[in-house]
Amino acid sequence: MTSLPTHLEPKRLGLVIDLDICVGCHACAVNCKQWNSGGVAAPLTDLEPYGPDPLGVWFNRVHTFEVGEGETGRTVHFPRSCLHCAEPDCVTVCPTGASYKRVEDGIVLVDEDLCIGCKLCSWACPYGAREYDYDAGVMKKCTLCIDRIYNDTLEEASRVPACVSTCPASARHFGDLGDPGSAISTLVRERGGYDLMPELGYAPTNKYLPPRPRRTAARDVRASTELTPAVAAGGGGFLAWVDRLLSG
Amino acid sequence: MPRGTAERDPAVATNHPIADEVKFTTCYMCACRCGIKVHLKDGGIRYIEGNQNHPVNHGVLCAKGSAGIMQHSSPARLRKPLKRVGERGRGEFREIEWEEALGTAADWLGAIRARDPKQLAFFTGRAQSQALTGWGAQHFGTPNYAAHGGFCSVNMAAAGLYTIGGSFWEFGEPDWERTKYFLLFGVAEDHDSNPIKIGLGKLKGRGAKVVSINPIRTGYSAIADEWIGIRPGTDGLLVLSLIHELLRAGKIDADYLVRYTNAPWLVIDDEGAADHGLCARGTGGQPLIWDRRRERVVSGNDPEALPTLRGPRTLSDGRRAVPAFELLARRCLEPRYAPDAVAAETGISATTIKRLAAELAHVAFEEAIVLDQPWTDCHGRHHARMIGRPVAMHAMRGISAHANGFHTCRALHLLQMLLGAVDTPGSFRYEPPFPRLIPPSGKPAGPVGPNTPLLGPPLGFPQGPEDLLIDEAGKAMRIDKAFSWEAPLAAHGLLHLVIANACKGDPYPIDTLFLYMANMSWNSAMNTARTMRMLCERDAATTDYRIPRIIYSDAFYSEMVAYSDLVLPDTTYLERYDCISLLDRPISDADAAADAIRRPVVKPDRDVRPFQDVLIDLGARLKLPGFVTADGSPKYPGLYPDYIVNHERKPGIGPLAGWRGANGGQAGAGAVNPSQLERYIENQCFWRGEIPPEGRYYKFANRTYLEWSQAMGFRDHAEPVVLQLYSEVLQKFRLAARGHGRVQPPAMHRDRVAKYFDPLPYWYAPFESESAGYPLHAITQRPMAMYHSWGSQNAWLRQIHGENLLHIHRGRAEELGIADGDWVTVTSPHGRINVRAKLMDGVNRDTLWTWNAIGKRAGAWNLAPSAHETTRGFLLNHLISELLPAREGGYRYANADPVTGQAAWYDLRVKIEKAPAPPARAEPVFAALEAPPLAARPSVLRYGAKFRPPRPRA
Amino acid sequence: MHPALSVIVFTTVSGAGYGLLAWVGVWAVAGWLPADRGLAAASLALSLGAITAGLLSSTLHLGHPERSWRAFSQWRSSWLSREGVSSIATYAPALLFAVGWLGIGSTGGIWALFGAISAVGAVATVVCTAFIYQSLKPIQRWSNGWVLPNYLVLSAMTGVLWLIAIMSLFGMTDGFLALAAFLCIALAAVLKIQYWRFIDRTASRSDAGSATGLGALGRVRLFEAPHTSENYLMKEMGFRIARKHAAKLRMIALVAAFFLPLLLTLAGLLMPTALVAPFTFAAALIAILGVLIERWLFFAEAKHTVTLYYGAERA
Repeated sequence: MTSLPTHLEPKRLGLVIDLDICVGCHACAVNCKQWNSGGVAAPLTDLEPYGPDPLGVWFNRVHTFEVGEGETGRTVHFPRSCLHCAEPDCVTVCPTGASYKRVEDGIVLVDEDLCIGCKLCSWACPYGAREYDYDAGVMKKCTLCIDRIYNDTLEEASRVPACVSTCPASARHFGDLGDPGSAISTLVRERGGYDLMPELGYAPTNKYLPPRPRRTAARDVRASTELTPAVAAGGGGFLAWVDRLLSG
Repeated sequence: MPRGTAERDPAVATNHPIADEVKFTTCYMCACRCGIKVHLKDGGIRYIEGNQNHPVNHGVLCAKGSAGIMQHSSPARLRKPLKRVGERGRGEFREIEWEEALGTAADWLGAIRARDPKQLAFFTGRAQSQALTGWGAQHFGTPNYAAHGGFCSVNMAAAGLYTIGGSFWEFGEPDWERTKYFLLFGVAEDHDSNPIKIGLGKLKGRGAKVVSINPIRTGYSAIADEWIGIRPGTDGLLVLSLIHELLRAGKIDADYLVRYTNAPWLVIDDEGAADHGLCARGTGGQPLIWDRRRERVVSGNDPEALPTLRGPRTLSDGRRAVPAFELLARRCLEPRYAPDAVAAETGISATTIKRLAAELAHVAFEEAIVLDQPWTDCHGRHHARMIGRPVAMHAMRGISAHANGFHTCRALHLLQMLLGAVDTPGSFRYEPPFPRLIPPSGKPAGPVGPNTPLLGPPLGFPQGPEDLLIDEAGKAMRIDKAFSWEAPLAAHGLLHLVIANACKGDPYPIDTLFLYMANMSWNSAMNTARTMRMLCERDAATTDYRIPRIIYSDAFYSEMVAYSDLVLPDTTYLERYDCISLLDRPISDADAAADAIRRPVVKPDRDVRPFQDVLIDLGARLKLPGFVTADGSPKYPGLYPDYIVNHERKPGIGPLAGWRGANGGQAGAGAVNPSQLERYIENQCFWRGEIPPEGRYYKFANRTYLEWSQAMGFRDHAEPVVLQLYSEVLQKFRLAARGHGRVQPPAMHRDRVAKYFDPLPYWYAPFESESAGYPLHAITQRPMAMYHSWGSQNAWLRQIHGENLLHIHRGRAEELGIADGDWVTVTSPHGRINVRAKLMDGVNRDTLWTWNAIGKRAGAWNLAPSAHETTRGFLLNHLISELLPAREGGYRYANADPVTGQAAWYDLRVKIEKAPAPPARAEPVFAALEAPPLAARPSVLRYGAKFRPPRPRA
Repeated sequence: MHPALSVIVFTTVSGAGYGLLAWVGVWAVAGWLPADRGLAAASLALSLGAITAGLLSSTLHLGHPERSWRAFSQWRSSWLSREGVSSIATYAPALLFAVGWLGIGSTGGIWALFGAISAVGAVATVVCTAFIYQSLKPIQRWSNGWVLPNYLVLSAMTGVLWLIAIMSLFGMTDGFLALAAFLCIALAAVLKIQYWRFIDRTASRSDAGSATGLGALGRVRLFEAPHTSENYLMKEMGFRIARKHAAKLRMIALVAAFFLPLLLTLAGLLMPTALVAPFTFAAALIAILGVLIERWLFFAEAKHTVTLYYGAERA
């Protein structure tokens, strides 16, 4: 059903990505690929994997950008995956109903049995969240690990998306962004989490936390800008001050 | 947005059981040794994740670990033992059975052992089982053994072990919970990978300041609060300048220095004397200090004394002596280390250097932290609290891989000591079994004779010239010349010089080169082209190869396999037992000792055997002592798992520390427990033994810690470790060069030894700086999704890094007329490459760089011949020589640190210009290798399809 | 956007087919359509053949053509679904119209009604096709008010040129049709030029700064893509064409789609009947070629916001 549900449950599950902490290690991207290789969208086909132009289906990709120039320039690592938008055009453009947004929790999914592989949904997604599996002839995308988050056969601590549990720097968070009191919503408020390309009106659920300002001034750590030379009262020669530093 | 009536969500398989079996083991996609949980279904590997309970990674897993499935199922995997047919270096083999392979190896090695054991050069590359392999070499009787540290980061390890009795690597860690200021020097992706990521996440969350000093702004440097794009090889200058500022301002922890370091020791000032520059000693050999209270010279071990840090003082024999601290201060306060003086060379402004020093001083002293944790020091004094200087540091290859790396790292440790920031709350913390004695006990052992073991382990820590492995004429006894006058403190050996030395027959030729996991004919070679030629060079007279026999063990068809005569295929980490031992490189953290095992998770589907099993099997066939019982039968018939459990290096001390004793109730030291492996497996393959809380800081002088670690078997006595700000060991070598002592260097080496064996650190320009006309530096970094050459055979990881580019500062490139994507020619004094350029902002203006080890040779790794790793990927190795230019007299020293022999990879100097005609592919091009029988490369990979859950009924 | 040949051919050829169908329908209602069965056969074969070939081609390029019937279900939300419904639905009146015109030889009465309905269906289908593109927000160069009129008028233009060509085969001329052709060509040319001016001058709504949210920190430039190999996104949406190259192709398109067909149609008017056909066919063929180039450019010059993550600073 590609019309959006008229009435969604308040629960809006999604991710928050902390660009201040992401070290660009690709752990999330590869672990996601690994998990989903055997998950509900299995396999994530790789074409010519050992050739000159390997082409694989991935749900999560990690970019690195340089932002600004000169003294204030910085490098920022940027993971990109489906944002499970509130107003997802990828759902409404689908002609067969394969692309849909869940009522229960807002997760956007592809029902592969209905997908005809027209690729229009991927054109409608501004973020490149969907990748076509040329071998299977259907579209695949982040499932928000729907086969993990409700999975009673896993330990409770594992019932989060694979990218979240594997991130070594704890730069990824999962939770209910529809609940203003949830830890993840609080995090977004405290850190000024934002939408990507808000001007397009997709109302993404996932939020990004901006890099914190750099701290390259002495006052940022409450230090002075330089040290003043030690002077021994009454002279005393080289290193005269040092014995007075010693206790006893 | 069209909205319809709410329908029921289609059914999705949210509760599908993903495994019918779960096994824990230890990852080996890099040297971090994270704990992993492997989900198995229908006999296949469904999913590998981090083990939440594991002390190293606490449930996280990096890109490499997450791609283990593709490593395990790579078509590059060897399948069966191989014997070379045809010319060496072509890659033409025939498959043989293990019996033939082991029989051949035993014949070759047995003949060598009976004739001249040092003719076997046995070098393991990235193996993590040095306790076994080194012991094997020892019993075989060859000193020609090491792992890869000599070309990795021995400068870091040696400088640390000779200064503070510990080191960075994974032997120590920052106090992640408490530090307020963290400096990274020269760190890209390195050992201790996930702990650093976890730690950085915590620091950023707590608001600690992170400063990354690295010529390149990628990886961790992206999230640093401050990035300092230093010129490669000048970190020592920066550190000494920071010390200069701190000394000038009197911002040092003087109490810490007098209590825990040899700063107050009186250094004899008697130019020309045989003990000039050594520490004055009392009749019992104890170091002497000046007591401010009693105003005389007393023993440094006297807890009632109030030492002074400044002199001069007069000794009982009337000679002048000065506290080591004053010598250090005089050196570091020299104008050449002032911020203004070092700014140009380092590329860091004097303002920034002064500010950094002020920040360090502020955080260390004004923001000192206090733990309400009582502790008792080695003199029995009780302290109510622990004072911490919350400045932590970590450094790795960016510091180490330079000809000045040893002294640079010593300077770093000096900075830490001056701030009181070694093993105090908030600073750098040792992980058991460190700190060790300085230096650790154990001198390297030289060859004895046919069929005779060495008298001790082949690697060790010389404490003076008398410990060098040299003959009467001062010539090296080892094939790599480690522990000779050319590399006296070569604690990790010098694998990168073995092939060249063997070919030249200098110091002597060898019979067999036996390598494990060391890609010496490619990305681990300096001077790749010549190394490949040397491996195939024949002696004109005998027509034999100059290195007659090469045995190689590896799991994958790497470039080195093609140069081997006998190939012993290894398993992957998912198919074997392994032991991550306190005798090797354990997984301890600052609060606990820890070790771990690997256990087979799946059975091999091909005729491969774990290398350690093979080694033990060979040891038994050769009847090496230690490998056979008194009647000559194998001592460890169960091979590696048998050895792990039953071997005792010393009574009660075995490879694993956990669950020792007949009932498994002892930790550290204890009798053999036959069920030890089972206990480990029950405990998710690791053991962790916590240090009592009062023993967790000031470990070098903490009675609780010292006694605990003695009980654990890490040390023989509970003596404190005095940090060596001033290194008498280095001074002894200098004295020998100046004509003192029984063992002195040959005339040609005197000046060099005298110059570089300075008891205090200093900075000198890397040797290749002397190459005029090559104005730019060229270095590499390790990418986070690869581990050395491993990764290109991995279907997932190679999509991330399938080729590499040469990165250039945008402004510098514009000056040179180079645009993004242009082909450029990079030339060094030794070679030339043609590669594609990429412009960026975040890099030192005078530095070019690329990702390490991406370039591969055509035909290797079972990649398609047109793989981009071959046509567009490249190595900087092609530009590097293992030798420096000839000196007067024609002698060529190694391109290495003169103290440790560490390969000076990052000293490389180059020039660059836009390529006049863009080549069709990256150059140089090497002939494609043939391949032995390997699995076919699939053109479509649908891994995991069989695990897909069925669609649930609506 | 990757200019996929199958999509370009589909929209161009079936666009012409729908245009032709619409014109014969409208002409039938006006009473100006010759009740010639030969003309009927040729026109209907060409229009329905083109439409069918286009639909088959795009269906066979699907990942799962065997499920393509599912594409009729989401017309409430999806323009692609609506296009499917409309295109299939239009066969009904078209075939009924064919029964009259071709079967019986009649274009009046009820047959004219069917003609009218199929004309409406033809236009509706082209409108749906245009909206598929116009409704895609990530592609600013498609998501604007110029796309629909361009698709409609180009469809009308190619349709009328084909009708004129076929009629000339049967020795028929129609002054009003020729006038309609001139008007369509002129209008199409103006609309096309305006479209190009619009995309050249309109500032990007999104840039690398808004795509990453890092714009406030300074200029955002890609340092390293997530993969050195290709992926689906860059194959499908990463196509780039140099300004100079596009400018050349635009010129060629203008000449081939508008200028030459105009001249050839004019020439055809001035020729004696026996010599008209070569000119009108040339006009129709060259127009199709020109529209193929125009359509190729429509894709090639389209920038998708996903490229903002892969090195484009504007899209």
